[in-house]
Amino acid sequence: MEKLNGLRCRECGRHYPAAPVHVCEFCFGPLEVDYRYDALRGVVTRESIAAGPPSMWRYKDLLPIDGDIAVGHHVGFTPLIRARNLADELGCREVWVKNDSVCHPSWSFKDRVVAVAVTKALEFGFDTVACASTGNLANSVAAHAAEGRLKSYIFIPADLEQGKVIATLVYSPTLVAVHGTYDEVNRLCSEIADKYRWAFVNVNFRPYYSEGSKSYGFEIIEQLGWRTPAHIIVPCAGGSLITKIWKAIKELTLLGLIEGQRGTKMHAAQALGCGPIVTMIKNDTDVLVPVRPNTIAKSLAIGNPADGYYAYKVTKESGGSGEHATDEEIVEGMLLLARTEGIFTETAGGVTVAAAKKLIERGVIPRDESIVICITGNGLKTPDALQDRLDAHVKINPSLSAFDRALADLKSQTP
Amino acid sequence: MPVLVRIPTPLRTLTKGNAEIQAKGATIDSVVDDLERQFPGLKERLLDETGELRRFINIYVNQEDIRFLQAKKTTLKDGDEVSIVPAIAGG
Ligand SMILES: Cc1ncc(COP(=O)(O)O)c(C=O)c1O
Ligand SMILES: [Zn+2]
Repeated sequence: MEKLNGLRCRECGRHYPAAPVHVCEFCFGPLEVDYRYDALRGVVTRESIAAGPPSMWRYKDLLPIDGDIAVGHHVGFTPLIRARNLADELGCREVWVKNDSVCHPSWSFKDRVVAVAVTKALEFGFDTVACASTGNLANSVAAHAAEGRLKSYIFIPADLEQGKVIATLVYSPTLVAVHGTYDEVNRLCSEIADKYRWAFVNVNFRPYYSEGSKSYGFEIIEQLGWRTPAHIIVPCAGGSLITKIWKAIKELTLLGLIEGQRGTKMHAAQALGCGPIVTMIKNDTDVLVPVRPNTIAKSLAIGNPADGYYAYKVTKESGGSGEHATDEEIVEGMLLLARTEGIFTETAGGVTVAAAKKLIERGVIPRDESIVICITGNGLKTPDALQDRLDAHVKINPSLSAFDRALADLKSQTP
Repeated sequence: MPVLVRIPTPLRTLTKGNAEIQAKGATIDSVVDDLERQFPGLKERLLDETGELRRFINIYVNQEDIRFLQAKKTTLKDGDEVSIVPAIAGG
């Protein structure tokens, strides 16, 4: 089936052949994969998808892969959980958690984008992959490069959490820690990408990479029984994920898989210490003002998000909104999800839970409507954020009487 | 005020393949004008119809985003490095 038309500029519509390029030569707009939806209509059905593997590749027809999948065969199709305890706590009727904290193999939704980008890199004949990362992308690129037997160069800000560094180094990439913010790492990488012939997943492979995020959206809809939720709350860094979840809903609509259903409002979640997209939403302007990040949510610490403009437009077009979370609220959000649902998410998940809570409390999200909260990363990668809050454990000698005494103490302390 | 301007790949068709260009100008605005004099057509690629920097282009002076400085009015001195960089994704 011929499903791809090459690439197309999202701004001016100029066409480009399928190649490792990411910007329109004329207007600098981002290039996007151009599908022949007419060829896909009637071919991609609820049944054809259900007959696919229990991974993101059940949506392969809607991803920019022509040949065989090269790496990441088991990425995606993570649990969508009916979060009844969290709903009780928030005073809501229907809350779901889409849980990519358990995405195979590197424990974040970034495996979805990287599986596509690295497969594509092999398709184009590259022997080296690279990325600029706030942490999760680093883990995932290094993991998939190992699987694909590719060399990898990973660039990170030098102040990244130790957990994210170890979870990259274990795969033996070349890890380059840059003294600077992520935005500085990114600028450097665009110059490196110009000079070396590498597959930079977030630079020259961005059109393919970003498509992988659609699978997160497809899964939400399928797992809800081909129903669209009233609200989806998405953590934003570069702003790509929220844009692509929205695109996923549009594609399913276009293919006739979710006809006649209610619209979904898309809400952006960011840290107060790095929230340029939410600031655009709150000020209702399409002009992004870059910021210098200062937050514990390092995975979301992008002060100059490339898709900020589109993320803003998605929230506006869908009738959604955005909310910031302070560092304290982020920690509370992580603890709330763990305490109510038994799910340990990283700081980015804390941002999302905190933002959801605030939007519900502000009445922006009505308590009787269906809500999906996007949990995109794993808490074991960022334990540092909780260190100060979690020290209340009991230490005793190995004797029953010592335990009896400790227990009596505990009981006398708790009211 | 000679400054060094780094040209990204998509614009090199206009600069005869050159990645680095010497340009003159006391501000970003005037450097853009000088680039246009040297390579006609370049200005239209950088600025939109209203004369604003296109949305997906970032300009840096000595690695600093000009939006943290005085934007297109940012002043330059001899030997400064100006980078023109397309917006890129990440995470
Ligand atoms: C855990 C996590 N969630 C969400 C995001 C945001 O993704 P995007 O850059 O597509 O907005 C990131 C990006 O790094 C991330 O690491
Ligand atoms: Zn264009």
